[in-house]
Amino acid sequence: MMKVSAALATVLLASTAVGAFAATPKDALVVAATIDDITSLDPAEIFEFSGGDVANNVYDTLLSIDPNALDKGYVPGVAESWSVSADGLTYVFKIRQNIKFHSGNPLTADDVVFSLARAVKLNKTPAFILNQFGLTKEAVDQRVRKTGPFEVTLTIDKPFAPSMVLNCMTATVTSVVDMKVAMANQKDGDFGYEWLKTHSAASGPYKLVNWKAADGYTLERADGSWQGNASLRRVIVRHVAETASQRLLLIKGDVDVARDLSPDDVAAVAKDANLKIQDDLKGRITYFSLNMKNPILAKPEVIEAMKHLVDYDGIRSTIVRGRAVVHQSFLPRTFLGAIDDAPYRLDVDKAKALLAKAGYPNGFNVTMDVRSAFPTTDLSQSIQSTFAKAGIKMEIIPGDGRQTLTKYRARTHDMYIGSWGPDYPDPHTNADTFARNPNNTDDAKLTGLLAWRNAYGIPEMTLRTDAAVQEKDSKKRAEMYGDIQRDHQRASPFVIMYQQLLQTGVRKNVTGFHTGGPVSSAYYWTAKKS
Amino acid sequence: MTGSTAKTTGGFGLPSRHVWAVAKVVGTVLMTFLGLLLVTFLIGRVVPIDPVLSVVGERASQETYEQVRREMGLHLPLWEQFFRYVLQVLRGELGKSVLTAHTVVDDIIRVFPATLELATMATFLGVVIGVPMGVVAAVNQGRWPDQLVRLLGLFGYSMPVFWLGLMGLLLFYGILGIAAAPGRLSFHNLDVVESWSGVILLDAALQGEWEVFFDALHHLILPAAVLGYFSLAYISRMTRSFMLEQLRQEYVTTARVKGLSEARVIWRHALGNVMVPLITVIALSYANLLEGSVLTETVFAWPGLGLYLTNSLLAADMNAVLGATLVVGMIFIGINLLSDLLYRLFDPRAR
Repeated sequence: MMKVSAALATVLLASTAVGAFAATPKDALVVAATIDDITSLDPAEIFEFSGGDVANNVYDTLLSIDPNALDKGYVPGVAESWSVSADGLTYVFKIRQNIKFHSGNPLTADDVVFSLARAVKLNKTPAFILNQFGLTKEAVDQRVRKTGPFEVTLTIDKPFAPSMVLNCMTATVTSVVDMKVAMANQKDGDFGYEWLKTHSAASGPYKLVNWKAADGYTLERADGSWQGNASLRRVIVRHVAETASQRLLLIKGDVDVARDLSPDDVAAVAKDANLKIQDDLKGRITYFSLNMKNPILAKPEVIEAMKHLVDYDGIRSTIVRGRAVVHQSFLPRTFLGAIDDAPYRLDVDKAKALLAKAGYPNGFNVTMDVRSAFPTTDLSQSIQSTFAKAGIKMEIIPGDGRQTLTKYRARTHDMYIGSWGPDYPDPHTNADTFARNPNNTDDAKLTGLLAWRNAYGIPEMTLRTDAAVQEKDSKKRAEMYGDIQRDHQRASPFVIMYQQLLQTGVRKNVTGFHTGGPVSSAYYWTAKKS
Repeated sequence: MTGSTAKTTGGFGLPSRHVWAVAKVVGTVLMTFLGLLLVTFLIGRVVPIDPVLSVVGERASQETYEQVRREMGLHLPLWEQFFRYVLQVLRGELGKSVLTAHTVVDDIIRVFPATLELATMATFLGVVIGVPMGVVAAVNQGRWPDQLVRLLGLFGYSMPVFWLGLMGLLLFYGILGIAAAPGRLSFHNLDVVESWSGVILLDAALQGEWEVFFDALHHLILPAAVLGYFSLAYISRMTRSFMLEQLRQEYVTTARVKGLSEARVIWRHALGNVMVPLITVIALSYANLLEGSVLTETVFAWPGLGLYLTNSLLAADMNAVLGATLVVGMIFIGINLLSDLLYRLFDPRAR
């Protein structure tokens, strides 16, 4: 659908809008975005992008990220300070004393302990971020304790790098929930889960007014936030799936921000004197992978040949125009230990030689599972055509996202093309999935790990990744990740191609709207209008 | 009928053949629903989409995955899942949608009025413009008005509604600035009117919020016109061919010979006889629009039933899919009954 509209948009690019101009209310930020990925607004469950945007403005997390200094990493949040014991196992957090929930209840250590324990016990998807520190259902009550009215002590099971633990404490799953409100709405021992899916019990700069699935949500300013009051009284986010419609709304002044513009839309918006395009590097990387269960794909020469059979620059300049940068290693730029090495480019002769060495001078047949969406389909078609130059006949198997994912998790694919975004702003988030596979058997069902899904058995690299996440010296830690990435880049069955660049259309009278960069979600509360 | 006569009576003093007829209708409806549910349920279970993934996402640990799978009852045998679902429906519950976190009943109450509003306005436009167009074309068969109507009909019938919608938006909203933005209301009018029926026009009128009423109407016109154009094309074509058939009949010649005015012959006599088959055409076209139009809803950011059903289907959100299917089934059965009643009104032989 987006393609159709993109074509139409090009045809009509020349037409300038001269109709009546509708301004949005002065005290409201109106956003058009695709938000049908929200399925719950309980911070113990939120895991998709749009839900993260809501939580980032409604809830306060234990530690926080400064929207004006994203590179700085974790900064004080609900916890105003912390200390780490010499053995690296005990963390003491001092809780800020002046925070009030939207209900008027004061935020205390009880709420923090409740919220962390609640997230672990509910065991929704993001619970794994806390599980990695030994915070299991059974152990969480011993490991997270109130040691004063405004003091919480966390005891972890392994001496992780403090930067790793503290980075994880900025994740949405550490959002502090108003215990009294949640428990007042509890049903069948669910800690208020059913209720919090569609309501909020929080202390952030905005409170949730309503959320209508695949329609929109509205936030209203909650005065008295410890971060300072938001400048705009309301935030109205409307679900607009069609990019051309988003662009029209922005140009006509019916919205202040359009978050999903196609390259053609971006070109049109950039020409408008009242609008600007905001470019932000995001953490999402795009790759395709080879299932090592397929004996042909498991040959090292075949793996290397495929890395030489992608038209990286061509795709960047034609398909993903302005929405990605070439990136060939598993840590997104700006992450600790990220490297810029991009040794691969389209080289058909080299690939042919490698294939001949592997015993396939005339190529072979293979399939790729492709989610039917822009730009995945277009990427796969480009790959298909460059593969053909070396004799590899690749069949594209199109499917809905969940359909291809089901197959991928069952390890029944040949090749899969997809994206991966970091779950928390620490290098371990991607190292864990790309470079770690503690048990490669089918029965292990480590479906969350990309290395496992591709049957990539790497006992030695797994040990190195485990060592890196426990390294206390940040400089040394960064070097360790650099080394792992270089080995991974050379030998792994992952052909990493791009890192996402986000292009947001914003009216010029709006300042301070941040999309959160690679490490965070959108900040509405910093936005101002002139 | 098994030997009963009109004189024997059943319960409530009704003639038993009426009781029998009603029972037969109810039985047919129930069987239709059961069949509809079974087929939808089975399709939902054989599509290669894992509904658990819609809930837990890509990153979930196997433990979380298993836990949610159990919560959703997917570990049970298929027949038991279906049996439980039917029992639940009989209790009047349609369950919760995993995509929206609301009950399916709440969701349908939210999305259906949007579709109802759009479909009704579109059908209204289709009828008031389409029927006269068809009549004019038939009367002027072969001359320019006929060619024009046929051309317009062909265009409306063959243009993708998605394209038409985008073009309409670009022209009337983007360039001319006379149509409203995508969406059902302007932002400052959101949450002004309390939702009683969910049909904003109706709610606003009942609550005397005329600004909201006209704002809603302003937003409704363009999507309804785009959808309406499609049904207009269909209705005008059908009217034209029904009329041509009637105009060849002897009673028309007789009426003209009797000296009746041409207008009376055409609009009263011929069109009167066309009404019966035309009702079926209009009813079917209305029912189709009530299912929701995914593409129009996408372009106009109109949160209706079509979008809801499609999203649910793609996520294998079975409670939502089954619930919405039941509603669509009810619409078709309801509209069929309604057009049966209208037949009786317009066709003396059916009385």
